[in-house]
Amino acid sequence: MSYHRRASPLHAARAVIAMGWCAALLLAGLIEPNPIILGATLVCTLGAGVLAGVGRSLARTLRWSLPMLVTIMLINALVSRNGLTVIWRFGDLPLLGQTNVTLEATVYGAVLGLRAVVLVSVGALYSATVDPDEVLKLFRSLSFRSALSATVATRMVPVLTRDAHRLAEAQRCRSGRQPGRLALLRASTAGVLDRALDVAATLEVRGYGAARKHPGGGEHRRWSRHDIGFLFSALVLSGVAIATLISGVGAFSAYPLLRAPAGARTLSAAVVLVLAALVPFADRRGIER
Amino acid sequence: MSLAALSAVTYTYPGAARPALDSVSLELEPGEFVVLAGLSGSGKSTLLRTFAGLVPHFHGGTFGGEVELGGMSTRAHGPGELAAVVGSLFQDPETQVVLGTPRAELEFAAENHGLAAAEVARAVEETALALAMETLLDRPVEELSGGELQRVALGATLVARPALVCLDEPTSQLDPVAGDELIGLLRRLNEDGEVTVVLAEQRLERCLGACDRVLVMDAGRLVFDGDSQGMLAWALDAAPTLVTPGAALLAGLGLEPVPGVKRARAALREGGFGPSERAAGGSEREVGGARRARRLRGRFARSEDGAVLRMTNVWHELRDGPAILRGVDLTLTPGQRVALMGRNGAGKSTLLRHAAALMEPTRGRVQAAGRVALLLQNPGDYLVHERVEQEAGAGALAAVGLAGLERRHPRDLSGGERQRLALAVVLGDPQEAERPALICLDEPTRGMDRAAKDTLVALLEQFGTAVLIATHDPEFVAAFAQRVVLLADGRVIADGSPSDVLSGGTYFATETARILGGAGGALLPGEAVGLLRGDAGVLA
Repeated sequence: MSYHRRASPLHAARAVIAMGWCAALLLAGLIEPNPIILGATLVCTLGAGVLAGVGRSLARTLRWSLPMLVTIMLINALVSRNGLTVIWRFGDLPLLGQTNVTLEATVYGAVLGLRAVVLVSVGALYSATVDPDEVLKLFRSLSFRSALSATVATRMVPVLTRDAHRLAEAQRCRSGRQPGRLALLRASTAGVLDRALDVAATLEVRGYGAARKHPGGGEHRRWSRHDIGFLFSALVLSGVAIATLISGVGAFSAYPLLRAPAGARTLSAAVVLVLAALVPFADRRGIER
Repeated sequence: MSLAALSAVTYTYPGAARPALDSVSLELEPGEFVVLAGLSGSGKSTLLRTFAGLVPHFHGGTFGGEVELGGMSTRAHGPGELAAVVGSLFQDPETQVVLGTPRAELEFAAENHGLAAAEVARAVEETALALAMETLLDRPVEELSGGELQRVALGATLVARPALVCLDEPTSQLDPVAGDELIGLLRRLNEDGEVTVVLAEQRLERCLGACDRVLVMDAGRLVFDGDSQGMLAWALDAAPTLVTPGAALLAGLGLEPVPGVKRARAALREGGFGPSERAAGGSEREVGGARRARRLRGRFARSEDGAVLRMTNVWHELRDGPAILRGVDLTLTPGQRVALMGRNGAGKSTLLRHAAALMEPTRGRVQAAGRVALLLQNPGDYLVHERVEQEAGAGALAAVGLAGLERRHPRDLSGGERQRLALAVVLGDPQEAERPALICLDEPTRGMDRAAKDTLVALLEQFGTAVLIATHDPEFVAAFAQRVVLLADGRVIADGSPSDVLSGGTYFATETARILGGAGGALLPGEAVGLLRGDAGVLA
C-alpha cells in the first residue's frame, strides 16, 4: 500500500491532523475492550477508507487480515484452558493433551483477532491517506532520521513489491525444478538488502548525512476547514474512547463466563464514535489540490 | 585551481583480491565535460564513487592516496559534506527517488544543503524548468516512467547547484530517445551553467561527440586521458572494443577517426566519399539490400505454416487503465532472430510475457509450437542458490560456456556470466529439458560492454533456435537480428529487415546509418565501407 494524493477531505487535511485522526482511531482500537465498540471502530476505519477513495486498498488489507482473525480465534480456542461453557470436546490430542473448546475462549480469541484487524486497518488507512513527505517535514526538527526512515520505508514498499513480483515471475520461467522456499527467502532478503544499500548511498550523496537545517524555519499554512473538522473529530474519538473505558460502558470480560454489556449506553457510544469519525467527510469543498 | 584532484589513489573493496582502483592520478578543471570509458569491471563506478566520497566512507575497504574536491580532502570529509560540491547520479532510478513526489524530492535535496524556505522554492522551480519537468512536480513517483524518474533524480542532484556532477551509466535503462535527450540536457547544463560533468557510459557513440575529454579505465588503472578524437585513434590499436561504429567506418576507409555523426560526415566528404561518390555506391548497395530483404521475406512466407510463435490480434488491457498491447499480429518462424524495439512503455516486455505465457491476452490468441524460454531484464532474479551448480545442470552450464565455474557463488560472477547463467536456468539441461522452440530475451544488453555483447551474439547464434529480443540497442540489433519489429503505444508500426527499419531514422538507427543518412541501408561499419568503396557484393 502506498500514498496517492486523492480528492478527499482526509487527504486535504494537513498531515499532522490526518495523522492525529488516525492516532485517535488507533487509540480506540487499542484500549476498547468491548467488541461492539471495537466493531464500531472498524466501521469507522473502513467507512473512512471508502469515503477517502482508498476503499479498494483497505479491502486488500482485509483480505489477508480476516484469515488472521480466524487463526487467532482458533489458536486461542485450542490452547486456552479458561472458560466454563464447553462447546466441543476433542479429547486427547497430540501435544495439546486433553482439549475442550469453550465458548469463552473462542469469543476471547475472536475479540483479540478483531483488535488486530482494527489495528492493521488503521495502519493501512494511515499509509494510504497521510502524505509521508509532509510527515517527514513535520518531524525533521524533532527526529529527522527516524522520520526519514519511516518515509523511505513507505516509499520502498511498492518498489519491493515489484521486486518480489519480478522474482516470482523469474522463477516461473525456470525450466527445471522450482527452488525451495528457503532459497527464495534468502534471495528476496538479499534483494531487500541490496535495495537498502542503494537507497542509503543515494541519501548519502544527497547530503542527508550532513543535513543542515536553515534557521529561518519552514513555511506557514493557514488552517483549512478540513484541518479543523478532523481535529474536532479526533478529539471526540479520543474522548469517547477514554470515557467509555473509564466509565465502564465498554466493559468486557470473557472468563470464566462471558460478560459484554450491550445496553443502550454501549450502543450510543458506538454510534457517536461512527458519527464523529465520518461527519468530517461530508464537507467536500476545497478537497482538490 | 582544479576542481578535483586525485593523487595516486589505490582502493580495494573489503574482501576483494585485487584493487578496483590502482594508482589513479588525474585533475578535473571547472566546466569540463568528461566521458569515462572502459569495459565492465574496469573501475569506472568506483572512480565516480570516489569523487562522491562513498569510497571509502560508505563502502569501507583499503584506501591509499589523496582525493581533493573543492579544497576538501575525502579523507576528512564524508559524502554528506562533499555533496555541497559534487552531485551523483547512479544507474537505477528506482532507488534514487526516495520521496513521494518530484517536488518533495527536489525540496529534500535542497533543504539538506541548508537553504531557506524561499530559496528552496526558487531552486525547485528553476531546476524543474531547466530539466523541462515542471509538469511532473506533483505527480506520484509511482506513475513516472524510467526516463522521467531518471530526470527527477538528476534534478535532485542538480538542485543545490553542485560544481561537479558524476553520472554512472544514467542512460542504460532508457530508450534511445530518452537517452539522447539526457545527453543533450547534460551538454546544455555544462555549457550554460559551467557544471563539470563526468559521465560513465558504455555506448560511447552516444556521447563522444558531446565531450571535451575522455578517460579510459582498464583493470582499475587510468590507461588513457585525452580528447575524444585522440581516444578513438588510440583505441583502434589498444582497445578495439571501445571503438565506435563511426570510427570503425572511417578507419576502414583509411581516414582518421573522429567522434560524432556530423564530424564523421565531414570527414567522409573531405576523404572523397561525399554525396556524389556515396550515391554511386548507394545504388549498387540498394540492390544488395533489397535482395537481402526479399530473401528474408521469402523465408518468412515459406515457413509460415511451421511458425514457432503466432500472435493474432493480441490485446492486453489493464483493468481501470490503458491498453498496453493493441491488436498485435506477429509470427516467428523456426530459427528466425527478431528484435523488438520501441520507446520505454511501448509494450515490448508485455509482448514477451505473452509469448512465454506469463500473461494471458485480454483479447486475441497466442500460439507457440513448443516451450518458450524467457530471460527477463534482471538476470539476478533467477539466481537464488549459493552455488552456480545448484542453479543449472552441467549440460546447461556447458551449453552457455560456464563449465568450470560450478563451485562459484552466482554473485561473484561478472555481469555477462550472470546473464549466461540465467540463460542456462531458463534453457535447462539439453539432456533433460525439452529444447525451447523460442528464446525470448528482455533487454539483454543493458549495461553490457561490447565484448559481452559479442559473446551473447555468438552464444545465441550457436543455439540456432528462434530468438525474440526486446532491446534499445540498434548496434546490437544490426549485428544480430534478421528482422526488426518496431512497437509504439502497443501497436506494431514497422516490421521488416534491419536495413529497412534501422537505416532511415534518427533514434532507432545505428551510428553508421546516421552518418550515411540511411544511404543504401548500410547499418554496420563493414557494410558501409563496402558500400562507399563501391563493393556491391559485400552484402549480397
